[in-house]
Amino acid sequence: MAKKEKLVLIGNGPANIKALEHLLALAPDRYDIRIFGAEQHAPYDRVQLSAVLAAEKTKEAIRLQEPAWFDQHKITMHLGTRIADVDRVRRLVFDENQRSYAYDRLLLGCGSNPIMLDLPGKDLGGVLPFRTLTDIERMLASPVAGRKAVVIGGGLLGLEAAHGLEIQGFDVTLVHLCETLMEMQLDPVAGAMLRGAMESRKIKVLTQASTTEVLHDGQGRVAGIRLKDGRQVPADLVVMSVGIRPNIELAQKIGLACKRGILVDDYMGTSDPHIDALGECAEHRGKTFGLVAPLFEMGKVWAGAITQHPDAKPFEGTTTATRLKVSGIDLFSMGRFNGGPECEELVLRDSSLGIYKKLVLKKNTIVGGILYGDVFDAAWYRQLMLEKRDIGPIRDALLFGPSFAQEGADTVNPMAAMPAEMEVCGCNGVCKGSIEKTILEKGLTSLDEVRAHTKASASCGSCTPQVSQILEWVLGEDAATKAPAVETLCGCTSLSQDAIRQRLTELEPMGMSEAMAALGWNTLDGCKKCRPALNYFLLCAFPDAYRDDIRSRFVNERVHANIQKDGTFSVVPRIFGGMTNPDQLRAIADVADKFSIPTVKITGGQRIDLLGVAKQDLPAVWADLNAAGMVSGHAYGKAVRTVKTCVGSEWCRFGVQDSTGMGVALEHQTWGSWTPHKVKLAVSGCPRNCAEATIKDIGVVAVDSGWEIYVGGNGGMKVRVADFLVKAATPEAVMETCCAFLQLYREEARYLERTAPWIERVGMPYVTERIVSDAAGRAALFQRFRETLDQTDPWSKQGVTAEAPGEFRPVEATPYPMNV
Amino acid sequence: MVYWFSLGSLDHFPRQGARVLSLPEVKVAVFRTHDDGLFALEDRCPHRGGPLSEGMIHGMRVHCPLHGQAVALDTGTMVYPDEGCVRTFPVKVVDGNVLIELPTAPVSSQATTAVSAV
Repeated sequence: MAKKEKLVLIGNGPANIKALEHLLALAPDRYDIRIFGAEQHAPYDRVQLSAVLAAEKTKEAIRLQEPAWFDQHKITMHLGTRIADVDRVRRLVFDENQRSYAYDRLLLGCGSNPIMLDLPGKDLGGVLPFRTLTDIERMLASPVAGRKAVVIGGGLLGLEAAHGLEIQGFDVTLVHLCETLMEMQLDPVAGAMLRGAMESRKIKVLTQASTTEVLHDGQGRVAGIRLKDGRQVPADLVVMSVGIRPNIELAQKIGLACKRGILVDDYMGTSDPHIDALGECAEHRGKTFGLVAPLFEMGKVWAGAITQHPDAKPFEGTTTATRLKVSGIDLFSMGRFNGGPECEELVLRDSSLGIYKKLVLKKNTIVGGILYGDVFDAAWYRQLMLEKRDIGPIRDALLFGPSFAQEGADTVNPMAAMPAEMEVCGCNGVCKGSIEKTILEKGLTSLDEVRAHTKASASCGSCTPQVSQILEWVLGEDAATKAPAVETLCGCTSLSQDAIRQRLTELEPMGMSEAMAALGWNTLDGCKKCRPALNYFLLCAFPDAYRDDIRSRFVNERVHANIQKDGTFSVVPRIFGGMTNPDQLRAIADVADKFSIPTVKITGGQRIDLLGVAKQDLPAVWADLNAAGMVSGHAYGKAVRTVKTCVGSEWCRFGVQDSTGMGVALEHQTWGSWTPHKVKLAVSGCPRNCAEATIKDIGVVAVDSGWEIYVGGNGGMKVRVADFLVKAATPEAVMETCCAFLQLYREEARYLERTAPWIERVGMPYVTERIVSDAAGRAALFQRFRETLDQTDPWSKQGVTAEAPGEFRPVEATPYPMNV
Repeated sequence: MVYWFSLGSLDHFPRQGARVLSLPEVKVAVFRTHDDGLFALEDRCPHRGGPLSEGMIHGMRVHCPLHGQAVALDTGTMVYPDEGCVRTFPVKVVDGNVLIELPTAPVSSQATTAVSAV
């Protein structure tokens, strides 16, 4: 086998790592790769530093790649190692300890250095740039209560630094030389709006302010700054964010052609054919770059060029566009936003909504613009600008966005506007760009494939609409034709959930495998998606005749406990309405002692969780709890979980009704029924709503004259405030309404659909119609609900062990004589 | 050298279910599919170490209960696009008994779970 070529990268910033990702995608095995990074930290996304400073992300969350990725590609990483010299003749790099490493190809991604103003006192302790994780660690190193910070520089980074420091508890003053903040990207109008937004966050803004000196506290640390007009601003921390300078020190030392940056051609080649350069240190056709898009484009160009890929394109330098990453301030700027000769401006300004849009036109094409307050259409405008599209026909509606300006407006995909680096899936940390890339590279056409390959939308699923839209956006028109007209339950059937339930109402009671045969399943024993759903549908359709198929249940529902990451289980006894007593508590304590249960925790739903129970102990744990009169709390199931309560009129001086009594009664009435997804209830004794009833699936709030009933709330992944359903005068009316609502949800929602998305799908008027307006229907639902209840404690059911012999016992191996 | 061990009657293995054999250095999950295929795999998902024996079984695969990754029962490899694999052990049914082949010697003639050095 031919010996691999040696590739050495100097610098482990985002531009280099992205370039490497592109390279490995094109030629995974071609190079033996070694990376030198001067920083001690594993490669991270510098663009996200402001998010770390603003405590929106952790240091780990902005890593560019996990250590395993480097291992997998056999990349040798030298952290905290600065390359001091390069021997271009013998093709060796030298670190500061004179250790040498050979290369066949060298990539310089040395980045840039922050510019530190040459002021008296600039070397004092507490004067920092904002460039690295280490800088942030230093900023946050000491207690901040009452501390004052000055940020010098009102550009993009300076604003982000000021915002982050304010979040971290500093009293922040932003000092800017020019009259307009971000004057490189904003006009005076937008700059003033931005200034207002910063000031409303208690950040003091001084413009036209030139710093002349950093003041000394007499002990080697900064005490503040002095401005040219004589004003002094006290500070314990001074952050200089006045620009960057390409780091060309090494390149100059080894004699590569440099001007402001290292000169590169259209393919990132330097004046030495074995050395390439990219990122902030590179200068292309007289320009250096500081924004992430062109830096990443350089990586792609470079990877294509050195692998001689047929699709390799020369670097063109993406037209720069900027977004401010300060949460709550939406700001976008692109191109020649300040206009120029022969330019005209289209402006929309709504001060009370805080919206400002300006587009700069030249001969009916967009050449620049600023969006403040509403950046939703940014990508569309940018696309029009890049394509130099003639906007003449849509000019009158252009400022109102694609929805107004284009025909077939509602087909415009909002995902187009999302920047590539924006995280779509928070659970698995997948950004739009990588979803797009994977779809294209692997030729994916379905949501399931995207989930499998990228993990986006594969965990909590709350980003599924966005992932679907990205898929549509990437595939264009094709997606619509490829997507099935109805969403089937899974690949085992061509039927939708609704169709399956409809068919079941027309059939006789039957078991799981008969149902699969009757409904034309294309697999013999289904899959992990359809079996639990079908099991629930059959239970709901034939409550008396159908026998629960425990093999189609997730482990938690099979063993009536909650599996934990280490394979142990947690057990939650039911405590009705959250009302307990010394006997129950003693029994729980005894169980915890007896089985050496390591963790006992109060849950969010006012119950007690025993965590870390070994599987074989589960039956004995239940037996002891049963003996003390307690039953399973269904904390593991798609079932009625808990009814949370406040103390109510019995004790509370504000309580107007007996909320605990109502909570206990509701839980007694509703437990023991399987539902499409988990169901949580709460009862508050007065409108102060201490039981947080308005973010529950069913929330009951006491008022002087009765009870208000709310439905469809959710406090989890996607918070949703419950909708008001009806006011009930008596406890009996509360009970009937709640149970009727539960039954409607049981009969009509899709499997794994919480009440919140179900209500959003069918609409609140429908629910009101069925539960409030139709008294006879409500009574019938209530009746059916009571008939389907099975309030036998699952823990005490012998069925658990009878149906699965030895479910809770390991098998034993006995030697078996046999000739092998 | 390999030895065969009996794990008892096939009736004690639920269809679409699994039972666990605990050995000193490894846990083995013995699966029985809906059509009575028998497979023995290390009871540890390559993804995050979840107990495969608690997963849902359909066709020739089991889904780990922790994060849903699928492992093929016959090969022990994770189902595309996930990567990784677990050990597999030969199993068969003789006279209604489930037998497993383990690369170890029994410690004593009464050895039950007392097998070592797997």
